[in-house]
Amino acid sequence: MDCCGGIDEHEDDCTDVKVKDSIDQSTVDAAKALESENYSAGFVTDIEMDMAPKGLSEDTIRFISAKKEEPEWLLEWRLAAYKRWLTMEEPTWAMVNYPTINYQDYYYYAAPKSGAKYESIDDVPKEILETYEKLGIPLREAEVLLGVEGAAETAATARETPRVAVDAVFDSVSVATTFRKELEKAGVIFMSISEAVHEYPNLVKKYLGTVVPQSDNFFATLNSAVFSDGTFVYVPKGVRCPMELSTYFRMNAENTGQFERTLIIADEGAYVSYLEGCTAPMRDENQLHAAVVELVALEDAEIKYSTVQNWWPGDENGKGGIYNFVTKRGDCRGDRSKISWTQVETGSAVTWKYPSCILRGDDSVGEFYSIAVTNGRQQADTGTKMIHLGKRTRSRIISKGISAGKSNNTYRGLVSINRKADNARNFTQCDSLLIGDRCGAHTVPYVENRRADAQLEHEATTTKLSDDQMFYVRQRGIGEEEAVALLVNGFVREVLQELPMEFAVEAQSLLKVSLEGSVG
Amino acid sequence: MRTMLKIENLTATVGEDDDAKTIINGLTLDVPKGEVHAIMGPNGAGKSTLSYVLTGRDGYEVTGGSATLNGEDILDMDPEERAAKGLFLSFQYPVEIPGVPVMTFVRAAMNSQRKARGEDEISAPDFIKQSREIGKALKLDAEMLKRSLNVGFSGGEKKRLEIYQMMMLEPNFLILDETDSGLDIDALKTVADGVNAMRSPDRGMLVITHYQRLLDHIQPDKVHVLSKGRIVATGGPELAHRLEKEGYEGILGEVA
Repeated sequence: MDCCGGIDEHEDDCTDVKVKDSIDQSTVDAAKALESENYSAGFVTDIEMDMAPKGLSEDTIRFISAKKEEPEWLLEWRLAAYKRWLTMEEPTWAMVNYPTINYQDYYYYAAPKSGAKYESIDDVPKEILETYEKLGIPLREAEVLLGVEGAAETAATARETPRVAVDAVFDSVSVATTFRKELEKAGVIFMSISEAVHEYPNLVKKYLGTVVPQSDNFFATLNSAVFSDGTFVYVPKGVRCPMELSTYFRMNAENTGQFERTLIIADEGAYVSYLEGCTAPMRDENQLHAAVVELVALEDAEIKYSTVQNWWPGDENGKGGIYNFVTKRGDCRGDRSKISWTQVETGSAVTWKYPSCILRGDDSVGEFYSIAVTNGRQQADTGTKMIHLGKRTRSRIISKGISAGKSNNTYRGLVSINRKADNARNFTQCDSLLIGDRCGAHTVPYVENRRADAQLEHEATTTKLSDDQMFYVRQRGIGEEEAVALLVNGFVREVLQELPMEFAVEAQSLLKVSLEGSVG
Repeated sequence: MRTMLKIENLTATVGEDDDAKTIINGLTLDVPKGEVHAIMGPNGAGKSTLSYVLTGRDGYEVTGGSATLNGEDILDMDPEERAAKGLFLSFQYPVEIPGVPVMTFVRAAMNSQRKARGEDEISAPDFIKQSREIGKALKLDAEMLKRSLNVGFSGGEKKRLEIYQMMMLEPNFLILDETDSGLDIDALKTVADGVNAMRSPDRGMLVITHYQRLLDHIQPDKVHVLSKGRIVATGGPELAHRLEKEGYEGILGEVA
């Protein structure tokens, strides 16, 4: 079905493409929710935690700030956000339903008790390293080398050998940073944001909250008040970051809200590619997660931000799972700058996430490539905003939503062409794939155009994984699960191609695992 | 002369419960190794249903009788198991598989079948070599084989892609369902050349067609007439010519 083909200057809401008519009764009957046994990342590491008192108050914020030995300006910044947050209301416009969150029921800070700083990887508690091993996360430098032996290369050889540097965030505190020295040689700053506050206070102060202001939205304001830790990256003028940067976030302590704050700055002519991958242990209580990611690209700079998200989605009855309320935004501040978001979202019980680009500089480019998979009773409301402010700014949106089980998957996007954005261009394509007939796919594109010379294209399709396709593929000798994986990989191919190689492989297996048992 | 496909008194229905309709109604047929048999019949005789029942499509229920391939009961097998046993269906309406290049698809199919049979995967150079040769014979250039399977191809190209898959997978029993539909005379000849190249003493073939035209290019050993779900007449190639001349009504009137 083709919907929302037109380009309008007004809001265009074309929704509720729900499948009711059954093509394949056996598919329907056997459509099973994702079973908890399928989630191999579900386990809890047993180490002592240093917690803030339960609940949220000025005292909690002072506790967090004191724990991190933060300067006065940052404490004030947090407190100002908290005061504002108290006056705000939780948004309800997204197409997601979840029980009311009692914000006083969460812990807002948890750190491994033995402290945050490790001189070397040998000082990291064994349990933590084991956790990472179970997840297959390559923390040790040797394991980080992707098929390359030897860990002592110079920055020069690093440029020729593609590798990934990992900043491991274990709950709230960064416990290990690898490849730091090598990056330093190239002039790249890559560390936890808590460290950056101490080591590069001026840079942090200059950019923090300038892309996602404190007052931006309920969840971003909450994050500003209580952010725990996250990543800071600064790539200086003219530097092409010698390796892919990667962070693995992992929530671990029971009832711990997780509030990462990431800030990435690419100075004039710089380039950086950042990979973010996530898994979380299984548990019964819903976990709150409200991250903020800010990207700043100055003149001629380029930032590529890729995410593979695989948090605990809850069990087949919709119990448990992560609530994921994320604010991600990039500011193409300089002329000819470029920011590209690529995401593969397969986890979380509730996802509320709209990685966006502000195309401020003339000739700047914003891209959004997304694969969102929902199964079981997962709910995802995700999309992007492309705000065209500069002249000849261009944006491209490719969204692939896959719904299975009893899940709901919504694409919500905004393309806004400001009156000064001469000759702006946007291309949007949102495709939905339905597996079974108890899931929903919704497309909610908004277009605001103030320019007659803007070129806007929008394409949308909704298709079902059909019995015809399944039979055709199986007749050729390909088994049922493989057939689903093949068809789904075909559906998302344009987006997978945007991922860095190592992520593309991981993403393919993730898609397969996420959709196991969805037909049959 | 050994029987390859043996169908005995087969009955099958389509549809659910109360709506179930008997389409195959006591069909008996033997196709020996090395022979090509044609099944002809008017619309609604059950031709396509027979091909789906034999290949295991969901929604078709066998209510009686049996079907064996090389002595093995195939009716309880999943479609992919039957494929691994060497059963191949060339579809009347090949299905579009967006985002999956032809060669990627065929290689996945080939390796799945090999895995099921406990054989090694085909090496990339061997696969490419074989693909190039077969593509050349069927006038499918390398660019076409990199495109998504059946997406944006003409009717004739889709049929050639079916034959390409067949020649790559080297099945031992082929079912061609209305392979001539939608083909112009040149495409028909290319397709028929491909099918004829597959004829061998070790292979059996069932050619399902409405018209005699295809049988000028693929000479059958036997022709069967299907009507109301069963074989009502069997003969040599001359039967197809008679059908062409007298129409189904003439023949069916005679046997009825």
